[in-house]
Amino acid sequence: MFENFLENKNSWLNGKGPESNIIFSSRIRLARNLSNYYFPWRASEEEKKKIIKEISSVYKNIKLLKDAVFIKIEDLSDLDKQFLLERHLISQEHTVSSKGKGLILTLDERISIMVNEEDHFRMQVITSGFDLKGAKDILYDIDDEMSNIFSFAFLSDLGYLTSCPTNVGTGLRVSCMLHLPALVLTKRINKVLDALVKISFTARGLFGEGTQNLGDFFQISNQNSLGLSEMEFIDNLSSVVKEIKEQELEARDLLLKKYRINIEDSVYRSYALLCNSRLMSSREALSHLSMLALGIDLNIIKNIKRDVVNNLFIIIQPAHLQKLKKSILSEEERDYVRASILRERLL
Amino acid sequence: MLCDFCHKNIATIHLTELVGGKIAEIHICSNCARSKASQINENIDISNFLEGFIEDLTKTDKAEAGYKCSNCGLSYSDFKKKGKLGCYNCYVSFKKVLLPLIRKIHGSTSHIGKVPKKLDKKVLCELKLKDLKIKLERAIQLEEYEEAAKIRDQIKKIENNNNV
Repeated sequence: MFENFLENKNSWLNGKGPESNIIFSSRIRLARNLSNYYFPWRASEEEKKKIIKEISSVYKNIKLLKDAVFIKIEDLSDLDKQFLLERHLISQEHTVSSKGKGLILTLDERISIMVNEEDHFRMQVITSGFDLKGAKDILYDIDDEMSNIFSFAFLSDLGYLTSCPTNVGTGLRVSCMLHLPALVLTKRINKVLDALVKISFTARGLFGEGTQNLGDFFQISNQNSLGLSEMEFIDNLSSVVKEIKEQELEARDLLLKKYRINIEDSVYRSYALLCNSRLMSSREALSHLSMLALGIDLNIIKNIKRDVVNNLFIIIQPAHLQKLKKSILSEEERDYVRASILRERLL
Repeated sequence: MLCDFCHKNIATIHLTELVGGKIAEIHICSNCARSKASQINENIDISNFLEGFIEDLTKTDKAEAGYKCSNCGLSYSDFKKKGKLGCYNCYVSFKKVLLPLIRKIHGSTSHIGKVPKKLDKKVLCELKLKDLKIKLERAIQLEEYEEAAKIRDQIKKIENNNNV
């Protein structure tokens, strides 16, 4: 399954959207629950199956979802689940104890709805580059149509009710994925992250778990979901993201002006390793790809296109490699395949 | 995401550990992390973590722990344990104890923004009242007393209709 996603040129992962060399992608999600069912963790398997049946029989009536597919998570192999996780289409939580869980997915991967995750519906739109407004418009359309079909759990004072009180209100999480290698190199990143927390935003690594930040990617998102309108949350995040982008540009400038030789050296070393290694772990690959991407942005490397590197960030992940090779690979085998794919695409 | 220990503050530290090929995640707020740090010796063991976790839960105020949701039967202490509510009605059943928590998380207890297209009449009335009350306050602030009186009458009308 999903083989045709691997080289999906239309997906948000193509890294071609506005300002996409620093702001990789934009994502908005809304959490919604049905008023007539217990929240998923409290619901019986039977109830969850009923919800699955209800949504799978009506979702095609929603204009933007008419060509979407419905996937029962329990029908997927472990590899397929991992693959969807690596593409940010499902969460870690959605891959464990998969009974009664579902996913609605458009083939361009922009729109996805996790059914029976922490909430009954987790609807998300991901766009390439910096395009929160585009994501919002699509998501609003879907949410409006969904709310015509289903009766959502909603109180006039608290807004949309969610299984965890940290999402109550708008049920909104808005985030941008940023590539910030210069802020990391100049060690300014911690200051930026500390400041973010103080103004109620969170930053997480994009690859790897928790706060690990492999490849210098950071996912910046709002922490609160109540007390401001959706648009205000989106606007606030937008201005924060723009500010961080400016700081990254400033740091890049500094690197070029003061440490040109050092940065050129690092970029070329990473490039050399990527083009010549025979075994490479994903951690190592992500960090060298990050340097290579920076090298392209700074016009140090001229013969490689940025979107080739963007694609490699995704494709070198474990499940992606196994999909590409159409077989289950051990860690060592993956390191070998990873290195050969990198050589193949960069030389 | 709420702290796995106190269920009050937002978790800012996220630990991931591989145990026997499975991923275990712990989310902690900085306060709890600080107090736990002194308890953790050099050999970190997940079970030690969990013990401390359960210990903290037993400190739950007994009066609060007795609350139960009239729809799904979730008790308040269950909620504290899980950090999750069981159903729509939990928000109504636990409102008294939930509101301070929600205020602490979000700095507000009042939703502004999107509203579902399909709403039951009661919620619609409440929304209208909420809107009118904001307008009334604004009118009073601006000393537009004639307008304020009109709005007050509208509010009264809706409230009376609701009581019938």
